[in-house]
Amino acid sequence: MTENPNAAYQKKVEALSPKSPLLKNCIWAFLCGGALCLFAELLFTAYTGWGAAEKEARTCVSITIVALTALFTALGVYDKAAKHAGAGFAVPISGFANSVVSAAMEYSTEGRILGTAVKMFTLAGPVIVYGCSFAMIYGLIYYFFLM
Amino acid sequence: MASKIGKNVVSFAQPPCVIASAAVTGKTEGEGPLAREFDACYPDDGLGKANWNEAEAELLFQAVTRAIEKGRLYRSDIDLIVAGDLLNQCTASTFGAKDFGVPFAGIFGACSTMAYAMALAALLVDGKGFDNVVAATSSHFCSAEKQFRFPLEYGGQRAQTAQRTVTGGAACVIGRGYEDIIIPRAMFGKITDYGIKDAANMGAAMAPAAARSIAEYLEDTGAEPEDFDMILTGDLGSTGTALLHELAVEQYGMDLTPVHEDCGNMIFDARKQDAHSGGSGCACSGVVVCSRILRQLKEEELRRVLFVGTGALMSPDVVLQGKTIPGIAHAVELVRR
Repeated sequence: MTENPNAAYQKKVEALSPKSPLLKNCIWAFLCGGALCLFAELLFTAYTGWGAAEKEARTCVSITIVALTALFTALGVYDKAAKHAGAGFAVPISGFANSVVSAAMEYSTEGRILGTAVKMFTLAGPVIVYGCSFAMIYGLIYYFFLM
Repeated sequence: MASKIGKNVVSFAQPPCVIASAAVTGKTEGEGPLAREFDACYPDDGLGKANWNEAEAELLFQAVTRAIEKGRLYRSDIDLIVAGDLLNQCTASTFGAKDFGVPFAGIFGACSTMAYAMALAALLVDGKGFDNVVAATSSHFCSAEKQFRFPLEYGGQRAQTAQRTVTGGAACVIGRGYEDIIIPRAMFGKITDYGIKDAANMGAAMAPAAARSIAEYLEDTGAEPEDFDMILTGDLGSTGTALLHELAVEQYGMDLTPVHEDCGNMIFDARKQDAHSGGSGCACSGVVVCSRILRQLKEEELRRVLFVGTGALMSPDVVLQGKTIPGIAHAVELVRR
């Protein structure tokens, strides 16, 4: 049997398409993600130093990162940094904040309700849906087997 | 009247000519290697408009206005505007052409729109029912990102095979007369699908269509690649160009490397301007042809060019449904009289 011509073309495409620089991206993600986490640790130390309880301090750290991401997204600099940082900025909560704020900004031209509000979670939606779903499953497992 | 030669090529007994053309672009294109060729490069991609759709419509309006002026014509001399773009319902063309008060035929050919519109315009002029027809197109980086990809400020990484949508508007007036540049032949391409599903690799989706159209055009006209000063594809980019060269040799036994150029490779400095595989979008081939290529033909730096506009007939929904991205390539021959 002769090989499917599409499969042969697919192989050619893979051979001739330049690959993303994996090692470089990993190093950037490690350094930028690490720097972001270090910053978060410093914030945590500061908040607990100012008298916040551990649980409160953790919440305050998340709020601060989200607020700063929203600010830098609105200023148009977050995407330029994230292009290099890659997963280093996308995996922490900053990536989530950016996906919400950037969508809200983009669709503001279609109005506050049908634009901003409806489209705000087009990118973040999956995180919320599957985050909640798996939290529920984990909760059930915990309740029935581990408690 | 037009007659068919071979299987697919349409030949014009009294070839329509290109009376005038204009190309306007955004900021990034104005910083690229072809900046001096364009009629205008706007420093603000928003063009002072309320949103990207309006900005793109303004680019089309500006290109058409300038092309008509450069042809020393009035709006009333234009019998039809044939235009298309990438946006849903071709809104940039609709709103860009609305105020001319000229009959309008909206078309969709994805990034092949410029070649498609020029071929249609030539046919209509040749049919004697129209004296002057404007072929126009536009695309905008920001409106295309919004419709096909991610919000502008979203911080993501692009694949190396991804291309940058050209911000610009392009138009040319095609009519009868004794102008320098004629369109002696044209050919509509066939939808060609080699099973590409990666929306970040449009060059790979379009290369098979380009190879097929070039091969069929050469076969029908009995020409060799070397008979042309340039075989110019629309927006294959560097990845698509490499694939085209291989496919041309393997499937059709033709070596395109001496004469082939690609608008997507010409419009940006891919490395300095972070354009990855090159330029794309309707305006990519539009602004290159309506500026540099037609100028070089006029100044006799080129005498015979085969312009093959390439389009990826991509729908984001259909790609998510697991379907492929078919390609198409329309050919228009441009000759210095």
